Amino acid sequence: MATGRFQAWPWHAGTALAALGVLAPILALMGQAGQGSGAHWSHLLRFVLPDVLAQTLGLLAGVGLLAAALGVGAAWLVTAYDFPGRKVLSWALLLPLAVPTYIVAYAYLDILHPIGPVQEAVRALLGYSGPREFRLPDPRSLPGAIVLLAFVLYPYVYLTTRSMFASQAAHLMEAARLLGHGPWSAFRHVALPLARPAIAVGLCLVSLETLNDIGASEFLGVQTLTVAIYTTWVTRSDLAGAAQIALVALALVTVLIAVERHGRRRLRYTGNRRAAPIRPRRLRGPAGWLAALLGLAPVVIGFVAPAAYLLVLALERLGAGQGPSPALLRAAGQTLGVSALATAVALAIGLVVAWSRRILPRARAWRLALPRLTTLGYAVPGTVLAIGLLFPLMAIERGLAALRAATGLDPAGLVLLGTPAALALAYVIRFLTIPVGTLEAGLDRIPPSMDQAARLLGENVHGMLRRVHLPLLRPALAASALLVFVDAMKELPATLLLRPLNFDTLATWLYAEAARGTYEEGAIAALGIVAAGLLPVILLARLLDRPAP
Amino acid sequence: MLELDRISLSYAADGGRREVLRELSLTLETGQIACLLGASGCGKTSVLRAIAGFEPLDGGSIRLDGRPLSGEGARVEPEHRRVGMMFQDYALFPHLDVAANVGFGLRRLDAAERGRRVRDMLDLVGLAGQEARHPHELSGGQQQRVALARALAPEPDLLLLDEPFSNLDVDARERLAFELRDLLKAAGRTALLVTHNQAEAFAVADRIGILKEGRLAQWDTPYGMHHHPATPEIAAFIHREALMARRAQAGLRGAPSAAA
Amino acid sequence: MPIRFRALPFARRLSLLAAALPLMAGTALAAEVNLYTTREPRLVEPLLAAFTQDTGVKVNTVFVKDGLLERVRAEGAQSPADVLMTVDIGNLLDLVDGDVTQPVDSAALKAAIPANLRAADGRWFALSLRDRVAYVAKDLDIRSFHYEDLADPRWKGKVCIRSGQHPYNTALIAALIAHDGAEAAEQWLRGVKANLARPATGGDRDVARDILGGICDVGIANAYYAGHMKNAAEGSDARRWGDAIRVIRPTFRNAPGTHVNVSGAAVARHAPHRAEAVRLLEYLVSDKAQSLYAQANYEYPVKAGVALDPTVASFGPLSIDALPLTEIARHRKQASELVDRAGLNR
Repeated sequence: MATGRFQAWPWHAGTALAALGVLAPILALMGQAGQGSGAHWSHLLRFVLPDVLAQTLGLLAGVGLLAAALGVGAAWLVTAYDFPGRKVLSWALLLPLAVPTYIVAYAYLDILHPIGPVQEAVRALLGYSGPREFRLPDPRSLPGAIVLLAFVLYPYVYLTTRSMFASQAAHLMEAARLLGHGPWSAFRHVALPLARPAIAVGLCLVSLETLNDIGASEFLGVQTLTVAIYTTWVTRSDLAGAAQIALVALALVTVLIAVERHGRRRLRYTGNRRAAPIRPRRLRGPAGWLAALLGLAPVVIGFVAPAAYLLVLALERLGAGQGPSPALLRAAGQTLGVSALATAVALAIGLVVAWSRRILPRARAWRLALPRLTTLGYAVPGTVLAIGLLFPLMAIERGLAALRAATGLDPAGLVLLGTPAALALAYVIRFLTIPVGTLEAGLDRIPPSMDQAARLLGENVHGMLRRVHLPLLRPALAASALLVFVDAMKELPATLLLRPLNFDTLATWLYAEAARGTYEEGAIAALGIVAAGLLPVILLARLLDRPAP
Repeated sequence: MLELDRISLSYAADGGRREVLRELSLTLETGQIACLLGASGCGKTSVLRAIAGFEPLDGGSIRLDGRPLSGEGARVEPEHRRVGMMFQDYALFPHLDVAANVGFGLRRLDAAERGRRVRDMLDLVGLAGQEARHPHELSGGQQQRVALARALAPEPDLLLLDEPFSNLDVDARERLAFELRDLLKAAGRTALLVTHNQAEAFAVADRIGILKEGRLAQWDTPYGMHHHPATPEIAAFIHREALMARRAQAGLRGAPSAAA
Repeated sequence: MPIRFRALPFARRLSLLAAALPLMAGTALAAEVNLYTTREPRLVEPLLAAFTQDTGVKVNTVFVKDGLLERVRAEGAQSPADVLMTVDIGNLLDLVDGDVTQPVDSAALKAAIPANLRAADGRWFALSLRDRVAYVAKDLDIRSFHYEDLADPRWKGKVCIRSGQHPYNTALIAALIAHDGAEAAEQWLRGVKANLARPATGGDRDVARDILGGICDVGIANAYYAGHMKNAAEGSDARRWGDAIRVIRPTFRNAPGTHVNVSGAAVARHAPHRAEAVRLLEYLVSDKAQSLYAQANYEYPVKAGVALDPTVASFGPLSIDALPLTEIARHRKQASELVDRAGLNR
C-alpha cells in the first residue's frame, strides 16, 4: 500500500538512523579488528577457535533444545489442560525471567557444591560421612551449563508460544481429533506447526542470551566465544584480536537471526476470524496433581531454589544486624532510572523501525535489510559493544565540545561519556532487537485490510498508527517494554565499563561483592535484582491473561 | 444408526448452570440425512458437539450403530468415535495444503492408497487438481468443499455439519443444498445438519427436527412437517417461510403477489 | 510519549535526552581526586577512607573491570581520571605503553619503593606485593613445593586452579618460561591439565572451597585470599574454607624465590587534579597505608620494615623471586599462547 512520500520518509529516516547507530560500534570494532595481525589470527584458528566454536555450538544446541522442550511443554500444559493451580502456574512459569544467568550460576554452584545443602542432604540419606567419600558430578561442565541456562531461559519460549497457543482456534484441534488424531498427535500435527513462528522467535532470544552470557559460562568452565573474547582482550591486551573473535560471534548470530526470520516468514496468518480459543481439558484426581507438579518443576529449579537460597543468605546477614546500606539503596534507584530511560527510548525506536517496515512498499529490497540491521546490537557481547561504543561516543563528545567552544560555553567536561545517557545508549543498542521483533510480529497479526479500512475512512498514516495500531499493539508494547526493562536491569558487562563515576547498578554491586567472596552481602543485591525483575513479570502475566483484542 | 436417548446437557454460566438440552431424543436411520432447525442459541450446535464427544452429557446416552459413545458408563474419545464434522468456519489447517488437509484423517492408509482416496474425494466435491493449493488461496465456497472432502475421506459412520449454508450467498446456498444431498446419498453417508435456514433444510433432509428450549418440538419428514405441523408456532414458522419463498419467485416472474 | 517525539530522527532525540541529564562538573575547585581502578572496591576502600580522613581530599572511584586502558584512551584529553590503579605488572606496563600515564618525580615514592618495583621515569609504581602460593589440604604431609611439581603424575585428579588465561596465572607461567624455557613450560601446562580435578575456572577462593569439598588436594592461589579466609568470622563459609587449607610458599626448581605480582598505580596523563593525585600515591606508600595493605588486605607491603599481619607471617618467610618484573611482562603474551596450545582451559 503506497503512502504519500512526504508522510513516510521520517519513519524511514528514523529507521536508517537507528541502523546507523547500532552499526557504529560494530563498524568501529571491525576497524579495530583490521588492525590486528595475521599471526595472531592464525594462532586463534589453530588453537582456540575450533574448540571454542564446538563448545559454543554445543551449548547453543543443548540450551535451545532443552529450553524449547520446557517452554513449549509448559505453554501447552497451561493452555490445553485445566488442573489445580493452573492459573497461578501460568504466570509463575515466567518467574525465572527475573533471575540473570550469572546469579543462577553462582547460586547453584553453592547449592550443588559437595559441601552445599543438596549434597549434604544426599550424603545424610545415603550414610556417607564426608565429601571425600561420596560426591555428585560437578555442574562445572558443558552439560551442567546447558541445564542451568535452559532452566532460566525457557520463559522466552514459554512466553511467545503460550500466546500463540492461546489464540489458536479451538476448532482446529477439534477437527484434528475428529479425524482420528489423539491429543498428542493433534498437538504434534496441528498446534505445534502453527506455533512454529512463535517458537522460532523465543528460541532466537534464548540463543542470543546464551551467546551473550559471560558470567555463567565463565564460572561453569565452558569456553564460549564470549569468554574467548574476554580473555583475548584482558590477558593479551589485544583489542584487535578480541574484535576478530567478536566478528565470528557476530557471524554466528547473523545465522541465528536469519534462521528465525525464515521460520517466521513461512507462516503469515493474520487473525481474521475471531475464533474461539482452545478450551482447557479438565484433568481430575492424580492426573491433575501430576500436571501441577510437572508444571511446577521448572519454576522451582529456575526460580524458587536460587531465590530461596539467596533469601536465606540475605537473612543470615540481616540477622547479624546489618541491613541494606544507603549506598545499596541508591544503587537500586540508579538501576531503575537508567533502565526506565533505556526502555522508553528502545520502545520508541522499535516502533519506528517496525512501523517503517510495514508502510514501505513491498518492492523495496532494503525494506527488510534495515530492520534486520537494527537488531544486530544484541549479538555483540556487552563489553565488546561498550568498547566499540566508546569510539563513536568520543567523536560525538569532541563534536559537542567544539560546538560549545564555538558558542562560547565551557567546553570542559563530558556530556555523554560518563553520564547515564551513554549507559542507556548501550542498553538501547543491545536490546533493540526485542521491541523490533515483538512489534513486527504484533503488526504482522494486524491484517492489511485494517490499514486499508482506516485509510478509506479518512485517516492519514499517523492517525492510523495512533488510533488503530497502537491500541492493538498494546500487548506487544507491554511485553517488549517489560523484557527490555528486565534485561537492562540485569545487564552486567557493558555497565561495568560505561558507568559514570560513583554510579552503581545492582548488578555491578553484586559483582563487586561476589568478587570479594562475601556472598551474604551480594545476596541482598541479587535479591534486589530478582525482586525488581518480578514486578514486570507479574504485570506481564496479567497482560497475558487478558483476552486478545 | 444414530440413537440419542434423552440426552441432557448444561454448561456453567453466570455463577450457575444453564440447561441447553433437556432430555432430547431422536433416532436417525443409517443412510438418512437429518436436519435440526432452530433459532441461534437454541442448542443445536451443542447436540453436534455432544455427539462428537466435545461436551459431556449430564444425562442420557448416545449410541452409534449400536456402540455406546456417551452415557451408559461410556465416554469414547472423539478420535475413536468414527464421527466426521464439517465446522461452520471450516477449520482448515492453514499450514497444510489441500491434499494434506483432506488426507489428514487417513493415517492408517499407506501413501498410495491415501493419495487415491484424496483424489477421489476432491473429484467428488468438484475440486479436482487443487491438491497443492493452500486454504488461504481458495474462495469461501472452495474452502467449504475441502472441509467436506476432509470430513468424508475417512468414511465416517456419521457426518455432522454445522451451519453449512451460513457463509454462502443465496445462489450458492441453493446449489449446495441439492449438491450436498446428492453427494451424501451417493456416498451412502448418515448425516446430521444443523441450520437456521429453513429452505435448505427442507431441500436436503429426510428428517427434520425443530429444536425449541432444549427439546425437539417435532421430528418428522419434510412432508409430514409441512402438512402436519405439531404446534401452531411450527405451522406459522414453516408456512411463513414458504410464503416468502413463493412471493420471491412470483416477484421474479413479474406476476402480481398472492394475498398474504 | 507524545507522538511528535517519536517522529523525530534518532540523533535529535538522543541529544535532547543527553541535554536533559545533569552535566558532569568539570571544574577542579573542590579538593578531590578521581581514581579509576580495576581493583575490587572493597579492597581499596579502607585505604581511600583513611586518605580522605587524614587529608580531607575526597576520592571519587570508578571501578572498571576490563578495558581501563580503552576507556581512558577514548576519554582522551577530557578524561577526568587522575590516578589509574590496577593489578598485575602487565596491565601497569600496558598503561604506560598506551600513553595514558605521566611521569612523576617524588622523593617520597622513590624512598619507599625499591627500584625494581617502580619505573625509572616514575610512570608506574608498585604499591603492594601478592605472592602466588600453593594451597594444600590441611592433612597432607608436605612441607615444601616447587611450582613445577604441579605437573607431577602423583597429583593426578587432585589439582584445582583458576583459568589459565587469568593474569595471575599467565604471570606465573611467564615466570616459568623465563626460568625453564618455553618448551618446558608447555610440557608443564599439559601435565597440569592432566591433573585437573575440575575445569580450570572460578576464582582463587574456589581452590580452598574445593579442597574442603574433597574435589582436590592442592591448588595455586594468591596468598592474601588465604589471609582473608583464615580471618573471616567464626562459623562463616570463608572461615571454613580457610581452615581447610595450609599455605606453602613454592619456589622454582631453578631459582630459590616465590613468584610475586604487584598492584600498582600511575598518574593519568591528562589528570585535572595532578597535585592531589601525587598526594594519593604518596599516601599509599606511607607507613600507615602500607600497614593497612598488610593488615586489612593481607597483602605484602612493598615498603620495607612494615609489620606483617600475623596470619601472613605464619605462612613463613617470603623470599621474592629475583626475576625482574619487566621480564615477566615480556613473556606474558607467549604464556597466554602456550595456555591455548596446551588446552588448559578446555
